[in-house]
Amino acid sequence: MRILVCLKQVPQKDAPLKLNDAGTWIREDITYEVNEPDAFALETALRQKEKHTGEVVVITAGPTRASQVLREALAKGADRAIHLEDDAFVGLDAYNTARAIAAAIKDEKFDLIFTGLQSDDYGYAQTGVILAEILGLPHATIIMQIEKNDDGIRVKRELEAGFFQYVDMPLPAVLTIQSGIDKLRYATLIGIKQAKNKPMRKVTMAEVQSAVGANLQKIEKLYLPQKSKNTEFLEGPPAEVAKKLVEKLKNELRVI
Amino acid sequence: MAETILVIVEQREGKLNRVSWETITAGQAIAAQTGWTLDAAVVGSGVASVASEVAAKKVAKVYAVESARLEPYTPDAFAHGLQEFLGKHPAKLVLMPHTYQVRDFVPKLATALQTTAISDVIGYKYEGGNLLFTRQMFQGKFVADVSFAGSGPCFVTFQNGSFRADKVEAGAAAAPVETVNVDIPDGVVRNHPQEVFKEAKQAVDLTQAEIIVSVGRGIKEEKNIVLAKQLADALGGELAASRPICDNGWLPMDRQVGSSGQTVAPKLYLALGISGAIQHLVGMKGSRSIVAINKDSEAPIFEIADVAVVGNLFDIVPPLIEEVKKAKG
Repeated sequence: MRILVCLKQVPQKDAPLKLNDAGTWIREDITYEVNEPDAFALETALRQKEKHTGEVVVITAGPTRASQVLREALAKGADRAIHLEDDAFVGLDAYNTARAIAAAIKDEKFDLIFTGLQSDDYGYAQTGVILAEILGLPHATIIMQIEKNDDGIRVKRELEAGFFQYVDMPLPAVLTIQSGIDKLRYATLIGIKQAKNKPMRKVTMAEVQSAVGANLQKIEKLYLPQKSKNTEFLEGPPAEVAKKLVEKLKNELRVI
Repeated sequence: MAETILVIVEQREGKLNRVSWETITAGQAIAAQTGWTLDAAVVGSGVASVASEVAAKKVAKVYAVESARLEPYTPDAFAHGLQEFLGKHPAKLVLMPHTYQVRDFVPKLATALQTTAISDVIGYKYEGGNLLFTRQMFQGKFVADVSFAGSGPCFVTFQNGSFRADKVEAGAAAAPVETVNVDIPDGVVRNHPQEVFKEAKQAVDLTQAEIIVSVGRGIKEEKNIVLAKQLADALGGELAASRPICDNGWLPMDRQVGSSGQTVAPKLYLALGISGAIQHLVGMKGSRSIVAINKDSEAPIFEIADVAVVGNLFDIVPPLIEEVKKAKG
């Protein structure tokens, strides 16, 4: 199986985010990490390769810093990487990101393409499905399990409220992967060493520019959410806070 | 010419998904402000009764978009059928609830029409003749006003709970229902979905709990779960968790609150070390009172909390258990 995994670098979960001066994006002087569902997409791809042999290729679109998520993936066992490298990729909407990825892999053939089910920054939950449509491939979303069979694959989709569904589909296909599908591995020391010699292909914006159009949706303004509730903050040493809180639970919220 | 707003309601096995009323409420509000026409559509096979249910609301017209190939649901059939429908009945704005099903086909449909979907929207603004849609970013830490730049249609999906289902306006008379048969040829549908099922019988019905103590990543290790359990026991409540805790196997899946777990609205929801990702908030924001304890003062959970404690839960929960026990005598 030849599997492409789309990875995205996003702000680290507890990184303190601040608005830029223009109020259109965050200040970028923070730490980043791989988008969580994408890490599970990679893990699943590596397990499929271990089972069926083949190749795992990782791809990302982002500035120079984003190569970190590719290096980590190579250290965990991916075979090669593709980096669409330009600051401008950060600002693309899901449609254009998918078009750029499709252009970058136009000479490749994959049996499966994985993305995480959504990103922690924009949260569109769209890039994988759009990529499938551009490439003319079938897709399934929010996948919890993948079994290869003679005709293709059987995947387990997560539905809402605790429901699931198996779907049989042909290959090649695009799947968006849910967090928690498998236990994540760590990179080994040997893996980290080997990663240095694995190929990383750089793709410039100029190379895919003709595939990319103007964004069809535009962020006019980014701002802090307006509070809909009057939140009361309890302060003081823990024992005192505990006391105040219980008083509230008893006298105001009346749950004790 | 007045533009058209189309709400595509969601049905499963001939039953309307109630979240669709929220989308119709949103459509009615936008229609009232813009003066545009509001239509609705139901997609499936044998959906006439759902269509007439929707026709009782204040909408100009309801379309029953029909094909035997639309049942069971597949993204291929839905995208194909709706592309054909929208070709015959163009709309400027197409509104849907942000359900797992909609997420599965809308990006495909929008791409096939060379347009875009503004997803997981929580509100809108109509300023100087322009519509802006508000959506959360960075897991709810920020919100963005987003404009649409294409030539249409613009797809918008609304997050659960963003509009009130009980505010949907009834019509003066039933709206006309028109059946539109769409042609989905052989070979369009590539996926073969099997029956929908539940993993195991749910042992815990969190929806009935009056008090819920819920844990998130802030609990750090499996062995610390017992601390939350002690607090839940002292309060006489149920123990619940956000997704990562259940993914780790620290608590069973049937204790998960959020879009992929249970939706709860207890009298008290006490969130321990839960940052408040959107997927979690949609499952509990209807709680009567929300108390949050988290070390990160900027955690989105505090946006919806009634009572907030910024601090280390391991410092606060032990004395809290003691105080609860004292208060209960």
